[in-house]
Amino acid sequence: MKKTRPVSAAQQGFTFTRRTMFVGGVQAAFGLILAGRMAYISVAENEKYKLQAESNRVNLTLIPPRRGWFIDRSGKPIATNRADFRVDIIPDRVVDKDATVATLSQLLSLNADDIERINRELQQSRGFQPVQVAAGLDYDSYSKVSVRLPELPGVSPRQGFSRYYPSGPAVGHLIGYVGIVSAEEYKENRDPLLITPGFKIGKDGLEKALEKNLQGKPGAKRVEVTARGKIVRELETRVDTPGKPVKLTIDIDLHNYAARRLGRESGSVVVMDCETGDLLTMASMPSFDPNSFSDGIGVSEYKWLRENDHVPLRNKTLRGLYPPGSTIKPMNILAFLEAGLDPNATVTCRGGMRVGNRIFHCWNRGGHGTVDMAKAVYQSCDIYFYHFAQQIGTDAIAKMSQRLGLGDKYPLEFSNQSYGTVPYPAWKEKKYGKKWTVADTVNASIGQGYVLSNPTQLAVMTARIASGRKIMPHLRYNEERKAAKSMGFSPEHLEYVHKAMNDVVNGPGTARRAQLPISGVQMAGKTGTAQVVSLDKSKSGLWKYKDHGLFVFFAPFDKPKYAGAVVIEHGGGSGAAYPIARDVMTYMFDRDKAMEKLLALESGWGGTPEQRMERELNIFRSAENAAKAAKNIAEQDGET
Amino acid sequence: MAGIIPAPIASLPWRIMMILSAMTFFGAMVLYSAANGNFEPWAAKHFIRFMISLVMALIMSRLPISFWKAITFPVYGIIIILLLIVEMMGFVGGGSQRWINLGFMTLQPSELMKPAVVLAVAYFYDRLPPTKINSFDAIWPALVIMGIPWIIVVAQPDLGTSIAILFGGLVVAFVAGLPLRLFIGGGAALAVLIPIGFFFGLKEYQRNRVLTFLDPESDPLGTGYHISQSKIAIGSGGLSGKGFLNGTQSHLDYLPEGHTDFVFSTMAEEWGLLGGLAVLFGFFLIMRWGLTVAMRSPTRFGQLVATGLTCTIFFYALVNLMMVMGLAPVVGIPLPFLSHGGSSMMTIMICIGIIMAIERQPRGRSGQLR
Repeated sequence: MKKTRPVSAAQQGFTFTRRTMFVGGVQAAFGLILAGRMAYISVAENEKYKLQAESNRVNLTLIPPRRGWFIDRSGKPIATNRADFRVDIIPDRVVDKDATVATLSQLLSLNADDIERINRELQQSRGFQPVQVAAGLDYDSYSKVSVRLPELPGVSPRQGFSRYYPSGPAVGHLIGYVGIVSAEEYKENRDPLLITPGFKIGKDGLEKALEKNLQGKPGAKRVEVTARGKIVRELETRVDTPGKPVKLTIDIDLHNYAARRLGRESGSVVVMDCETGDLLTMASMPSFDPNSFSDGIGVSEYKWLRENDHVPLRNKTLRGLYPPGSTIKPMNILAFLEAGLDPNATVTCRGGMRVGNRIFHCWNRGGHGTVDMAKAVYQSCDIYFYHFAQQIGTDAIAKMSQRLGLGDKYPLEFSNQSYGTVPYPAWKEKKYGKKWTVADTVNASIGQGYVLSNPTQLAVMTARIASGRKIMPHLRYNEERKAAKSMGFSPEHLEYVHKAMNDVVNGPGTARRAQLPISGVQMAGKTGTAQVVSLDKSKSGLWKYKDHGLFVFFAPFDKPKYAGAVVIEHGGGSGAAYPIARDVMTYMFDRDKAMEKLLALESGWGGTPEQRMERELNIFRSAENAAKAAKNIAEQDGET
Repeated sequence: MAGIIPAPIASLPWRIMMILSAMTFFGAMVLYSAANGNFEPWAAKHFIRFMISLVMALIMSRLPISFWKAITFPVYGIIIILLLIVEMMGFVGGGSQRWINLGFMTLQPSELMKPAVVLAVAYFYDRLPPTKINSFDAIWPALVIMGIPWIIVVAQPDLGTSIAILFGGLVVAFVAGLPLRLFIGGGAALAVLIPIGFFFGLKEYQRNRVLTFLDPESDPLGTGYHISQSKIAIGSGGLSGKGFLNGTQSHLDYLPEGHTDFVFSTMAEEWGLLGGLAVLFGFFLIMRWGLTVAMRSPTRFGQLVATGLTCTIFFYALVNLMMVMGLAPVVGIPLPFLSHGGSSMMTIMICIGIIMAIERQPRGRSGQLR
């Protein structure tokens, strides 16, 4: 078409028809492109988009596996799972944090402590980690939250299981507790199970050590959800495989009794079977309630536990280190006998002894007079040991200490053990770069100075003396355990030591009040008092300067079956320890009699440990609140 | 047949009415499913609206071409004024506004502008002497007619509608016989100007839409969400779909706007490729009808208007379908006869009504064609 040529109407009509047909052709071409495109998407890529539609529609939620139970030697539950309802917040999905927390706290009537904890955890958590709002809810509270879900994005109410410890604080240190996976733990192992609401792992004690055993396999639930996350219906559910139960050697009744019998003292009781090494009791009080730890502990409760001078956060049976004091005297005479000392050899005790340029005193300033080996144990004469330790040498005692398991770290399921010190010259040289002195020998001979051990070690020492076998403590119950090997002591030596220990309780000894009120069963033992600070300070009367009271024991005397140790921090002396040992052993043979005694004592202490803890916590909280209020008033005054 | 059925009824354009009704009925079924198997709130209203506007179209078809010629420029002027009023209201109210609330309905003047521009441009070329078709006088008035509403609509800002207005006018100019080189040159110029316009002319959200169109997976939860979910809906439908009322993408709300702009995806999920081809075939029949009417029209005005209006409907369908299949950015253009929405239904039915009027044009007076 040339520009210059004039166009007629007919030509224009012709152009119109041609161009309109061209337009129609273009339209048809586009129609074919669209048809092709649609065929490509819906047929060639059908699989891919089908999958995407499914993954849109179906939401796979993991069901946290129930943890394996802890059961005691007779199958009684120590840690179980309780079916309950829980509410969590997934921070990533929350729109308005403050409003959400406010609504939830009103629906579930949360207290200030809980709200503070939730807000703190919301701030700290990486967005994908669930923050527990409340667990152990009843169906009513659960449904109250469920109904409001559409206006509470990011809130996840669930039916699940939470850990339950029927014994409460009594097993806090032994079993530990569970908790939500931390960000660091998730970084190491990016298993989606770890951030599933309601999933918890062991955080302390056996719960942590035996995690693999207890965990189990998660179940899964496929649900159809809308784009807004509302569940339309459940498609299918695969149930979880619960973790395997763990059977412990613990006798939970005895353990609970021991924990309660410790009363208001800060101390620990270890009882073991001295034929097998089964640990029957590892009570450490005061303690924390693992139930409240597992639910996410409140700030004020944690503060209260941390500030308590009775250190409720420390497992004293393995992490409490004390000078064993006179409780090592039976071990010492065994060392002396092995070294060939005549049991009839005597010293004269006048209440003190000069070593170098220092006077070392016997606990009995009046003196014990003539002391032979047996009297040195049942009257606990220090002078005898000062004398013969120098004569025989400290190495004999150190070697015997090591043979009997002091200073050892046992292969128990606790990563955190403080295993103390068995001092000897080369050790001191290495550690302090100083020469061993005679004074060190003298101090070590009565379990003072550098000597430190934990209550479990003392129980093992006593068990090995009682049985003459190399008893190893253990907590996992195992039917096919091998009999312990003999220590190689001469039976006469052992008999002599047993007799001397029996005399401590049932003869002319220092702990005659420790006699068992059970005919035909005698308990042998040894008292101990460990000095905490120099004498003048201990007289100030302050609790934290008081001496530790210790007692090691085994029973029955003639056919040793049980051995153990009681350590009372700042108990003032062994008098605080052996009545507890006596009652715990009484419980072993006559439960009713022992319970009667405990209930009488508890009425004077103000109830069971749970009741006392609750009361003290409330006092602590109200004091905290009062302090806060006072501070607020002071600040307001300052402003005006 | 003719003996039984009265003449006025028999003379109705039954073929196209059946096609349109079938399409709309199918649309109503999809809307029924999109509402989880309810006639409310969309399906029933959709069909009733169609019936009313079909009656309106049939009435329009009875009006002579001379009437349409006569009202072309007055209507064009009124819509320009309405557009300016809307623009002013938006300016006062803060933010973009596209419609006037009349109480009983909302009026979107930019929608009405689509057929109006076609009429106006066609009117111009009808009056232009054939000899002047290659002169500059054949170009600038058409550009002014298209340009004024285009600028106002772009400023709203409503990119989709502004392009639709331009498209209708340009198609009329093309079939009117403007030199081809103008269109080839214009296409080349556009290829240069589009990138410039993209970076300087578009608003942030418009630019984002284009960017996500090019790579929808880059922002699966933001602007790319629409395209991704739409493709999932169409793709998961497969050959024959998941079955009526069984679409998960639409029923579980993954597909946004499943009853308006993305109604085709809702349909394709449940009816599959076969349903899609049926819809395409429906549009093919409508286009064929429109262009046949154009080519048979005895008057130049009728030819140009019918082609322009057919292409206006085509533009709706094309852009919408390209959008839902991920071939075009997300622009708010509904799918004729299937999407729920009053304004676009009215525009489409005005187009249909005018084409029907051209179809009814007495052929005897022609003599101009062939």
